[in-house]
Amino acid sequence: MHEMSIAESVLQIIEDKAQTDGYTRVKAVWLEIGQLAGVEIESLRFCFDVVTRDSVARDARLEIVETAGQGWCMQCARSVAVSARYEPCPNCGGFQVEVTGGDGMRVKELEVE
Amino acid sequence: MMCMTCGCGKGQTLIGGHALARQREPGRGMRYRIHQAAHEDEHQHASNQGNIDFGAGPAGTHAPGMSQSRMVRIERDILAKNNDYADRNRRYFSGHGIFALNLVSSPGSGKTTLLVKTIAALHGAQPLAVIEGDQQTDNDAARIRAAGAPALQINTGKGCHLDAHMIGEAMQRLGLKNDSLLLIENVGNLVCPAGFDLGEAHKVVIFSVTEGEDKPLKYPDMFRAADLMLLSKCDLLPYLDFDADLAVANARRINPQIGVIRVSATSGAGITEWLEWITAGCRNTVTNRGIVREFQE
Repeated sequence: MHEMSIAESVLQIIEDKAQTDGYTRVKAVWLEIGQLAGVEIESLRFCFDVVTRDSVARDARLEIVETAGQGWCMQCARSVAVSARYEPCPNCGGFQVEVTGGDGMRVKELEVE
Repeated sequence: MMCMTCGCGKGQTLIGGHALARQREPGRGMRYRIHQAAHEDEHQHASNQGNIDFGAGPAGTHAPGMSQSRMVRIERDILAKNNDYADRNRRYFSGHGIFALNLVSSPGSGKTTLLVKTIAALHGAQPLAVIEGDQQTDNDAARIRAAGAPALQINTGKGCHLDAHMIGEAMQRLGLKNDSLLLIENVGNLVCPAGFDLGEAHKVVIFSVTEGEDKPLKYPDMFRAADLMLLSKCDLLPYLDFDADLAVANARRINPQIGVIRVSATSGAGITEWLEWITAGCRNTVTNRGIVREFQE
């Protein structure tokens, strides 16, 4: 996935919020990134540093909480852990697994002043 | 100027040769620009992490026992902005009976050739328009126009995917007809377009038999996001060591629900089935006009 676009979107969310809430500096940003969201965390850190220069979030600390992938195995009819999309069900070895969680990306919280 | 680290560059998106109206307010700039400066001290960005700067408050001082910072919960989806634009497009499509398809593949899978064939086969029976996405040139839009359909080229410059805002602008310039078909040919790339909803009814992934059977396993996100896979260039199968059944099985491993049609733009094989799929989609869209399909993600 395109980490630069994602970093841009994170900054846009921060700037929009800074404008409505009237704060001038963001010291830390908490993101929640699903294991199955298709995001390279290290690449995202690099891009975040680059796009936040000269913004309210310059030098902000980036905290990334990774959420585990979850799926529903149609054969076992139960929830299973999924570490990658193409992995078989850890229980029955089948591939009829629908991803049900750990594929999202959110800005959770900011530390501001 | 393109950054050689990640391929980003100044905003160079063009729609039909004209600059894209920016999503950002004037003066706030596209942040890509700043990357140029980053090259001068490329290895410094981590150096400030973890610092606690007590003198960085508005007055440049720190009052003991009084924290100047506070926490703000925001809980915003990172792709929400794109999804808002996509939603707007989807409502427009639905309200006007437009069946929109987002065609994705790696470069060279034969998307444009297949589109030309599709347009020729549908000719007259179905009003349609095409949006072409490429980094550079309007060669593809010219090919589509020569085939007899209105087409608009989006050049993404250094960008690697189309986004919903670009499509919104392109739709306005194209002047789409009611109850028509809109074919969006995305930039040839199996990675980035998977994450950017354009408001389309379906993503259709084109997978040519000159690629490897394990493509769906290597690029699972795209095969996961698509509802239909066109296995293209099937006329070449007798000359290749390509196991078509294995390719389909690999796609179904990633996405058990994906539909598959084996096609060849050269021999015409499978084109009738593909046209039937399109026609059924158009009919449904017109029948259900105004009912927006819930965005599933």
